[in-house]
Amino acid sequence: MNEVFGNAKIVDPGQGRVITGTVVVRDGVIADVVEGALDNGVTVDCGGHYLAPGIVDIGVKVCEPGERHKESFGSAGAAAAAGGVTTMVTRPDTTPDIDTPEVLEFQTRRATEASPVRIAPMAALTKGREGREMVEIGFLQDAGAVAFTDCDRVVENTKVFSRCLTYARSLGALVMAHVQEPGLSTGAAATSGKFASLRGIPAVTPMAERMALDRDIALIEMTGARYHADQITTARALPALERAKNNGLDMTAGVSIHHLTLNELDVADYRTFFKVKPPLRSEDDRIAVIEAVKSGLIDCISSMHTPQDEESKRLPFEVAASGAVGLETLLPAALRLFHAGQLDLPTLFRALSLNPAKRLGLPQGRMEKGAPADLILFNANTPFVLNRETLRSKSKNTPFDGARMQGRVTGTWVGGRRVFGGDNA
Amino acid sequence: MTTRLQHLLGIESLHPNDITAILDLADSYVDLNRRQVKHTDALAGLTQINMFFENSTRTQASFELAGKRLGADVMNMAMQTSSVKKGETLIDTALTLNAMHPDLLVVRHPHSGAVDLLAQKVNCAVLNAGDGKHEHPTQALLDALTIRRAKGRLHRLSIAICGDIAHSRVARSNILLLGKMENRVRLIGPPTLMPSGMSEFGVEVFEDMAEGLQDVDVVMMLRLQRERMDGGFIPSEREYYHRYGLNAEKLAHAKPDAIVMHPGPMNRGVEIDGEIADDINRSVIQEQVEMGVAVRMAAMDLLMQSRRAQPEGVMV
Repeated sequence: MNEVFGNAKIVDPGQGRVITGTVVVRDGVIADVVEGALDNGVTVDCGGHYLAPGIVDIGVKVCEPGERHKESFGSAGAAAAAGGVTTMVTRPDTTPDIDTPEVLEFQTRRATEASPVRIAPMAALTKGREGREMVEIGFLQDAGAVAFTDCDRVVENTKVFSRCLTYARSLGALVMAHVQEPGLSTGAAATSGKFASLRGIPAVTPMAERMALDRDIALIEMTGARYHADQITTARALPALERAKNNGLDMTAGVSIHHLTLNELDVADYRTFFKVKPPLRSEDDRIAVIEAVKSGLIDCISSMHTPQDEESKRLPFEVAASGAVGLETLLPAALRLFHAGQLDLPTLFRALSLNPAKRLGLPQGRMEKGAPADLILFNANTPFVLNRETLRSKSKNTPFDGARMQGRVTGTWVGGRRVFGGDNA
Repeated sequence: MTTRLQHLLGIESLHPNDITAILDLADSYVDLNRRQVKHTDALAGLTQINMFFENSTRTQASFELAGKRLGADVMNMAMQTSSVKKGETLIDTALTLNAMHPDLLVVRHPHSGAVDLLAQKVNCAVLNAGDGKHEHPTQALLDALTIRRAKGRLHRLSIAICGDIAHSRVARSNILLLGKMENRVRLIGPPTLMPSGMSEFGVEVFEDMAEGLQDVDVVMMLRLQRERMDGGFIPSEREYYHRYGLNAEKLAHAKPDAIVMHPGPMNRGVEIDGEIADDINRSVIQEQVEMGVAVRMAAMDLLMQSRRAQPEGVMV
């Protein structure tokens, strides 16, 4: 568990800088980050490539328990390690839902046995994610739940949701919510506009996101709860988010990598691998959301990794399943924003690693003395064409199949232990 | 022949020359269909399967008749009562049929894009007979043929498409076709039945019939698709008829020689007044049905010609 990483371009999102230097790891913890070379004992020569804190990915669906044919902790963990994700913050929308401490303990046991990277589990907010009764938030917290969410289901009953928020606040629990006004978004598979009209796909107005966010902001103001919006994907929702943050509400927001790098036109001729939830947006929205990540208004970038098998995707667009796998493509896709000059690396890793860890109260995700040595080494320039069959996930539903990408992870360490690259690359 | 069509999935992928080629050939089939002996051997020995995943009497009959007059072996499959109900996926159904070596599949499906999906999985020609709210190319072609024969041309006309645009694949295909042939297209309907972003298609959008029908050459009415509506789009049929139903008074705003069209089946007293529909001086609704058979014959004939022109083994 002791390593000395020499000759690295060190990405430090906390200080907002990239320095060339050395990182010393002792007992699985970062012992020192120094500029320049050390005389003795370099064990990993980084060859001038980037060394960054490992990604903390909020919202990964590992289909255990219930649908292991789609993804298991073994396959998801391998994909995460190869993609530079050192902490998977898992979703509770499994079968059954993670809504009791017993199921959570079962899941944690499976995860610890099978996954080479860390797991930070989230639990459901309401029983069966049905939006009626709150789960045992206290017990689930004791069992290790880092946040509470009904995933892509909105708690429609405002009274139920406000009680959940109030109760969660008393325990300091973080609530993560999906922001889509449920009435407007029922049955929608695309964002309304010229493209959806041309293709005849049922669509939802982008305003549905702002409406749901507005409701939640009012509830947070009322309850004082800690709140994270899973994905903010439209320009129209941003001013409301900004006002809420400026008013001092305990609020953060995320966005998926797919909404940062793709737009509604990518669906083209009904390509169901591009069907995600919420649906892909217009190019104007995509640009606005990138700007919001840059300014820090949007805090986190995640993969929203959602494995789906071929059978659930090989259907007409409006009835096909939503979601895309993303653990292995998160970093290469995010690097598109870097290569395009839209986001620099400290900003990217602030959103990929530092902010998610901070928000969940986890010590990792940092490039500083005393933090766990969850590190990734990557060459930002390696070009490749993605072949979905090479993905380590059991499900291959990536929208980036055949896409040209640039940047690949060559090594991943969790707590100072190498879990990807080197001999097992 | 100009066309290298492998499938006919929509108007979107057609070149104006393709459209003209289909219409020209269809004109000759109109003549054939008016003879006593209505038969050619253009598709002799070929197998045509009609797969209708959605109820249809008129369109299916039109395709069946078209295939039979071209000499094809035509089989109708009522997909609503078949193994689809037993949980078989669209792809599996397609692969099963594909193994029977049909030459042409005519497919109607309630979901947009389903026919495209099916076309990717089979190695025969696929003809879209209507998919969800996406396209219905042969309807647009038969409308175009009807207009061309009534007006003597298919360009620089002012054409109003009225009513339930939101649920209509007929409207989408017609907007694309009429736009490609350089006509002025107006859409008229209540805003709840108007899809978003329509003004970006190069059409004019109106909410008022009198205003929208002003000086148009062609009035195309659409059926109010009550079966596709999941919620209140309009307050009542009688209010809809009052504001958007075509009657003599509203039609008076169009040019005196304007023709009236309807893809059928009509809801008399909902979107169109019975007397207008039956007025032989204005209504070309019966002629549309006649053109339908001819256009489908032409489209199928051309598809098979371009398939034959392909060397063995490279069919996509």
